Amino acid sequence: MTFQLEAAVAARDFAASLALAPGETVAVLGPNGAGKSTLLSVTAGLLRPDAGRAMLDGRTLFDLPGGTWLAPHLRGTALLAQQPLLFPHLSVLENVAFGPRSAGAGRHGARQNARHWLAEVDALHLAGRRPGQLSGGQAQRVAVARALAAGPQLLLLDEPMSALDVEAAPMLRRLLKRVLAGRRAIIVTHDVLDALLLADRAVVMEAGRITEEGPVRRILERPRSRFAAGLAGLNLLTGTITGDGILATDGTSGLAAGATVTGTADPEAAPGQVGIAVFRPAEVAVFREPVHGSPRNTFAVTVTDVEPHGGHIRIHAGGLYADITAAAAADLDVAPGLQLYFAVKATAVDIFPA
Amino acid sequence: MARSAHPAGYSGLPRWIMVPAALGFGAVLLPLAALAARVDWAGFLPLVTSASSLAALGLSLRTAAASTVLCLVLGIPTALVLARASFPGQQLLRALVLLPLVLPPVVGGIALLYTFGRRGLLGPALEVAGIQIAFSTAAVVLAQTFVALPFLVVSLEGALRTAGHRYEAVAATLGARPTTVLTRVTLPLILPGLASGAVLAFARALGEFGATLTFAGSLQGVTRTLPLEIYLQRETDPDAAVALSLVLVAVAAAVVGLAYRRTLSGALGVGGR
Repeated sequence: MTFQLEAAVAARDFAASLALAPGETVAVLGPNGAGKSTLLSVTAGLLRPDAGRAMLDGRTLFDLPGGTWLAPHLRGTALLAQQPLLFPHLSVLENVAFGPRSAGAGRHGARQNARHWLAEVDALHLAGRRPGQLSGGQAQRVAVARALAAGPQLLLLDEPMSALDVEAAPMLRRLLKRVLAGRRAIIVTHDVLDALLLADRAVVMEAGRITEEGPVRRILERPRSRFAAGLAGLNLLTGTITGDGILATDGTSGLAAGATVTGTADPEAAPGQVGIAVFRPAEVAVFREPVHGSPRNTFAVTVTDVEPHGGHIRIHAGGLYADITAAAAADLDVAPGLQLYFAVKATAVDIFPA
Repeated sequence: MARSAHPAGYSGLPRWIMVPAALGFGAVLLPLAALAARVDWAGFLPLVTSASSLAALGLSLRTAAASTVLCLVLGIPTALVLARASFPGQQLLRALVLLPLVLPPVVGGIALLYTFGRRGLLGPALEVAGIQIAFSTAAVVLAQTFVALPFLVVSLEGALRTAGHRYEAVAATLGARPTTVLTRVTLPLILPGLASGAVLAFARALGEFGATLTFAGSLQGVTRTLPLEIYLQRETDPDAAVALSLVLVAVAAAVVGLAYRRTLSGALGVGGR
């Protein structure tokens, strides 16, 4: 174990402990006000807990009450916030060079380092600009480069995609997936897709406590916390990408191994990669007979459970879910054990490299 | 802050409000116009370039510049502590620091006299060190600093609060020591507030009269600044007093113009995102 934290903040009713292995990325999921940002602030040294201790690579970050309290600049825990917070009076290059300069690097060396990280986030061409001249997505990419250039031993990301528009978010997600691979990081998010694609493991926080912990898939498939149960409204199929927008499933989601799913492929998905296909239960149409036509996927399934779910009826069938209206459920006469066909349009399925 | 002209649409102003507003503008502008009307233009240049006038003007500019520097040296840390630190009695301390804003300057002068004067609080200690402050040019600078410092502190504290401390937090997590954060992030971010605060402090120092007269006296070339010279000339040579007054009005107008321009560009520069 290389990062270990245990902290209590009485004023915010926060008490949590967390450990990260080397190179591990952990997603922190949870509703607003659950204490996710408190966890990051305590780790970064911006908020002093009443009690607890934290170690990072053998160094004590804090040991309270009474013991050590390391100042934020001595911790090696760079923070990437929702807002890029690029220093408006510095150029993009000087922003990225800020961490190396603060660590004592000379002007030339720091700039060289900054150029390297700007190239890493495909933003080298922005080096001469002022932060005010960047789009939201560009600014957040530069902020990623700035955080990485500081050479943090632990990277803290506080909902880095939440302030971006729908077009900029997927691009940043791909970038983060690339730079977070093999890097020790904590990413706070409320988007289950971020957790799935970016993290090795997830913890769920509710009311200042960690209520669930484990592999993201396990949490989504067998949620124990109320929050995770609410998140688990996504159908996930794992397998191997076999062609442009085609995934051959591995048989872990209640479908026969080798069954194919057609969808919209992420630009970075390439044949031969391990991948996941994601679609929402509301996109699933349910039939008693097999259907064909238009580019859609049809899966033969057996109903395992039926439950009311927010005004709809949710049908569980193996690892898959479908949300249909109560009237449709009555028409189909749905009951556990029934053989059904789930159909979903290819345009409603997203395929990502895992 | 008025950032742009009113849009052409509905202003929401009742028409009768123009009358008291016109009186308000008049209350400020009419006396200035009256002053300008009374100027003896033929004798203007000789009057403002007389030896005593030039001595007073030079002294005023030098002391005001010195007290502005002193205000910056003392005011930046004061504003930082008031805006960013948190300690018991902070609210009270803030109120007390701002007291010179509302205090009659002559009271400030008396307070300074009983602090730095020969029989004042620090008098014996200063006498041992061989330093004599009261009725010297240093006293002028101290008096001006006393009345001008709150202007800088208020303006700076506002800028600090507006800027927030999120940038500082990020800078610290990137590995910057507190001193680095201060010089490379905090101060550049509040530069517009700093500039307008310094300009306001300079203007206030330039116009200082009551505290200076009480604490520093009126010695030509040593402590007789332009406002004191004007007051003195008023008795003997009203034309000279009027001419010098106009010089002060011009300097004040330039300063206000400068401060206003700075504030405006500052608001656009920093508050952009």
